[in-house]
Amino acid sequence: MSKAWDQVTWQEIEIGGVLTEPGSARAYNTGDWRSSRPVWDKTRCIKCGVCWTVCPEAGISEDADGYFDINTYCKGCGICVKECVTGCIKMVVEES
Amino acid sequence: MIAHKKRVGMEVSIAVSHAVQLARAEAIAAYPITPQTHIVEHLSSLVANGDLEAEFIPVESEHSALSACIGCSAAGARTYTATSSQGLALMNEILFITSAMRLPIVMTVANRALSGPLSIWNDHSDIMAARDIGWIQIFTENGQEAFDHSVMAFKIAEDHRVVMPTIVNLDGFILTHVVEAHELMDQETVDRFLPELKPYHKLDIHQPVTMGAFAMPELFTECKMAHQEALTNSYGPILEIWQEWGELTGRHYKPVETYRTEGAKIIIMMMGSLAEVAEAAVDAMRDQGIPVGLVKIRLWRPFPFADLRAALAGAELVVVCDRALSLGGAAGPVLAEVRSAMYPLAVKPQILGYTVGLGGRDVQPEAFEELVRHAQAEVKQGPSQEFYIYGVRG
Repeated sequence: MSKAWDQVTWQEIEIGGVLTEPGSARAYNTGDWRSSRPVWDKTRCIKCGVCWTVCPEAGISEDADGYFDINTYCKGCGICVKECVTGCIKMVVEES
Repeated sequence: MIAHKKRVGMEVSIAVSHAVQLARAEAIAAYPITPQTHIVEHLSSLVANGDLEAEFIPVESEHSALSACIGCSAAGARTYTATSSQGLALMNEILFITSAMRLPIVMTVANRALSGPLSIWNDHSDIMAARDIGWIQIFTENGQEAFDHSVMAFKIAEDHRVVMPTIVNLDGFILTHVVEAHELMDQETVDRFLPELKPYHKLDIHQPVTMGAFAMPELFTECKMAHQEALTNSYGPILEIWQEWGELTGRHYKPVETYRTEGAKIIIMMMGSLAEVAEAAVDAMRDQGIPVGLVKIRLWRPFPFADLRAALAGAELVVVCDRALSLGGAAGPVLAEVRSAMYPLAVKPQILGYTVGLGGRDVQPEAFEELVRHAQAEVKQGPSQEFYIYGVRG
């Protein structure tokens, strides 16, 4: 479904609500739910990727330099903070 | 051309399972429950003996039965199940999911009272508790109708203009366990009438889809509206399919059936097998010069508003018989629906409701004469109650 959800009319709903294209969850930015976010201290990050591995929501992406940061799907659960080997991630309250 | 006039005596449950066999159901998942048992028992024999090429899945509950049916139907199989009373109640959450997913499963409900007190006998409280599940719901009056609609239900459910699960109701014991004369069909005729299922959507590794996805608040209402429109619009194809069957068999069906309603000022209404008893009562009252007729609702969902209004035009008093209660409410489900359908009309009849025949309580033809007399007296003095329970002692 290429349209924004709040623009779709009932006539455009596929029979049975079937989704004929894969990957529709991409359009759903679960990061909206977040009340706090993990922030990495790059001076202490060893680029081991444990945070990326343990993230249950694929909410962490690797950048070109091999460091990690959240993407639009991070719900702010804090598992990465708990599991970080060097303790370089901390949760920061979302202000806006 | 009308063929196959030969009538065969058999238990109605067996006739229903024969209809499912003729329809070439490919997957059946069911759990036995009185009074539905003979239907699935016979189907399981047919499968075991190689007389029906289908997957018969014996499950541990009705919740699982319908869940298994969802899987089979989603995989593209013509799918059937049957249940009753507590079994239908145990299916409850899956009933809504089946219709929301628009899977064309056909189910027979052998209507039986819901506990408690525990009762295995007939009334309509089971299906009325599942009234709003979003399936097509048809009521039958005798064995022939149960047979006919069991075949037609597949064609209706699978029609690409419909794509909706469909329930065929028949009264437990009163129909399921009696031997009646049926005009059956040969396989070739049914095959021509009901071609192979072409699923609208199915699970296919070469063309993957997602079924049963969730909907956020931004989409949920639109999904429900699509379902509501589809169910309402199934009316046209249902009539078309019934018409085709009529031409094939000589047995014609309408969403609202009438019996001796010409010039009737008083109309008795109900659904299911009780209508045959009421016909005898109407005959007797007509002989006494009472201008009474009978209106039966066959198609309960989608509700045939226009047909009902046409059938009741000219009536001054309508006596609606319910076979279920809406405890603590103002009316039984059929009464509520009829009153609601008639309320917007400028000229409308007096509509009184009676709950009759609960939990297997027998209803004799004399009962309808009594109801008519009671309703006339109540109208004269102003109704003393929202609705009445007929025959209750004390």
